Amino acid sequence: MEAAVIVKDLTKVYGETTAVDAVSFSVNQGEIFGLIGPDGAGKTSIFRVLTTLLLPDGGSATVDGFDVVEDYSQIRSRVGYMPGKFSLYQDLSVEENLNFFATLFNTTIKENYHLIKDIYVQLEPFKTRRAGKLSGGMKQKLALCCALIHKPTVLFLDEPTTGVDPVSRKEFWEMLKQLKAQNITIVVSTPYMDEANLCDRIALIQGGKILSVNTPGNIIKAYPNQLYAIKADNMHALLKILNGYDEVLASYAFGEFAHASFKNKTVDLEGVKSYLTKKELTGIELKKTGTTIEDSFIKLLKD
Amino acid sequence: MKQFLVFIKKEFAHVLRDRKTLLILFGMPVVQILIFGFALTNEVKNSRIVVMDQANDAASKEIITKIGASRYFDIVRTVMSHQQMEDAFKRGDIRMAVIFPAGFNNDLLHQNAAQIQVIADASDPNNATTLTSYVGSIIQDYQAQLSKTSKVPYRIQPEIRMLYNPQLKGAPNFVPGVMALVLMLVCVMMTAVSIVKEKETGTMEILLVSPFRPILVIISKAIPYLLLSLINVASILLLSVFVLDLPVNGNILLLFAESTLFIITCLTVGIFISVKTNSQQVAMLISLMGMLLPTILFSGFMFPIENMPVPLQWFSNIIPAKWYYIIVKDIMIKGLGFNAIWKETLILSGITVALLIVSLKSFKIRLS
Repeated sequence: MEAAVIVKDLTKVYGETTAVDAVSFSVNQGEIFGLIGPDGAGKTSIFRVLTTLLLPDGGSATVDGFDVVEDYSQIRSRVGYMPGKFSLYQDLSVEENLNFFATLFNTTIKENYHLIKDIYVQLEPFKTRRAGKLSGGMKQKLALCCALIHKPTVLFLDEPTTGVDPVSRKEFWEMLKQLKAQNITIVVSTPYMDEANLCDRIALIQGGKILSVNTPGNIIKAYPNQLYAIKADNMHALLKILNGYDEVLASYAFGEFAHASFKNKTVDLEGVKSYLTKKELTGIELKKTGTTIEDSFIKLLKD
Repeated sequence: MKQFLVFIKKEFAHVLRDRKTLLILFGMPVVQILIFGFALTNEVKNSRIVVMDQANDAASKEIITKIGASRYFDIVRTVMSHQQMEDAFKRGDIRMAVIFPAGFNNDLLHQNAAQIQVIADASDPNNATTLTSYVGSIIQDYQAQLSKTSKVPYRIQPEIRMLYNPQLKGAPNFVPGVMALVLMLVCVMMTAVSIVKEKETGTMEILLVSPFRPILVIISKAIPYLLLSLINVASILLLSVFVLDLPVNGNILLLFAESTLFIITCLTVGIFISVKTNSQQVAMLISLMGMLLPTILFSGFMFPIENMPVPLQWFSNIIPAKWYYIIVKDIMIKGLGFNAIWKETLILSGITVALLIVSLKSFKIRLS
């Protein structure tokens, strides 16, 4: 089966800055592919090249076998695109927005209703409400409906969950799974590391360069060390001490804990604890912890 | 085609649902016409005056009838003593007094010259000047009438006649100007802002990533404003006919056809601005400073172009509003037909085509 998206040595330059630097990856048909990286990593630029909105400065890319430069009009009628900013008409009602985009793509709501049904039933009670008056989660669902209404082969979602509450985020990913079951290829970008696990494969991206492309499981598996979560009353002091501790391989803040890996494969937990107590730290907690995508990302960044 | 229609429907929804836009779109022409028509006019209507007719002969009576028939004057009383008149002036009851001396007709017929005393309340000098000149022209009118029927050369003072505007109406000058101004404002600013708004909110990205051709996006954005602007032209004309008593002397269809041409010119300018800018504020600023100001300065509406230095006169030729202003004046006030304005129409069409080519050339099918 041919890949749905193929990106080869893609480069995009804005004046002095190279936003995308010789990026290559491919997306298989029917998978959820995640571009994971912080703001400014080049995710949106890649999306805009793939959706034919920007011309690449180097390299090439195809979507569904069509070249993003030569065959832009074919791509435009096959893909679905949901830009990062909420991009529907705020002064049109839910129904009017959907109807507008359906007609624009030469289809009707009726024709592809089965695709959006699960999402749209939640919006139906508000169908006469103007899009601008919807909650963030509802807006996102409506935008997804509008991007889906023409039964795209590939769906591009640029940071669909940014600015959306955790419950709606979870629902949103559930919906993506259902769409995947309908054999729609989904390329999604997100700055949230916890969403990476929900993708089939991910590309970690930073500063316009891809650090790694793999399944989330494999990326985590590739992490070489055992991680420990450490906590103390004075977190600031703890991080400083861990940084100066010569047994420590790497340490960094991670939520309410500090994550650290050690040079020795067998770590003497009591020894570490007493070392930290000697440094006048109180309320010390120390435990083994599993690796997350974020840990892998931090490690890849340092390498 | 269905896509096109749904797009136009959407554009109408944008305009009709935004009260501010609606207010600008339809309120502005009305307000401008009314402000120019009433607030900024030097016309004086229905001024209360007294007439003291000590002559009481045929000539004086006829002149009094003429004054009374004019809508500028409202004769409150015809007989009054000098003392009463002075009191009335002091109280502000009257603005002017016209006094015919005894034997007015006699003087006129035998000495070929007669006098009328006109006393005006000059506490408002502008008002007084205007009133006396109105009365002066009525008297001159009468003199002219007399000269026609007899061979005696009655003394006739040099007369300043306003061609095409014998009643010194203020409206003829500004109605074509306001039309040019309103169309410029509505078409250029509104189209530019509405297209740039799509860029700003990101909806343009979705529109581009669709089978709908980008050029059609622009065209379907322009069409609602073309229709709304024609409604504006109609409402300005209605106001000018029914509120300002300024009839359309020429062919109204020709006027609408020329207006459509000018609207297309403005829409093209709006599209060009929208292609070149990325934020609504910038689009609005360029529309106002870059288009509205030259329209006011160089259309000939506010400042006579003949008085400008020669380079500025040349410059005025590239301002579309100048040509439209001339066309509207010729059709509406002078009642001329297409024969008289084909040259201006040709120039305006030329500018439009040039702008259209530039806009379409600079239009992009991608984001940058």
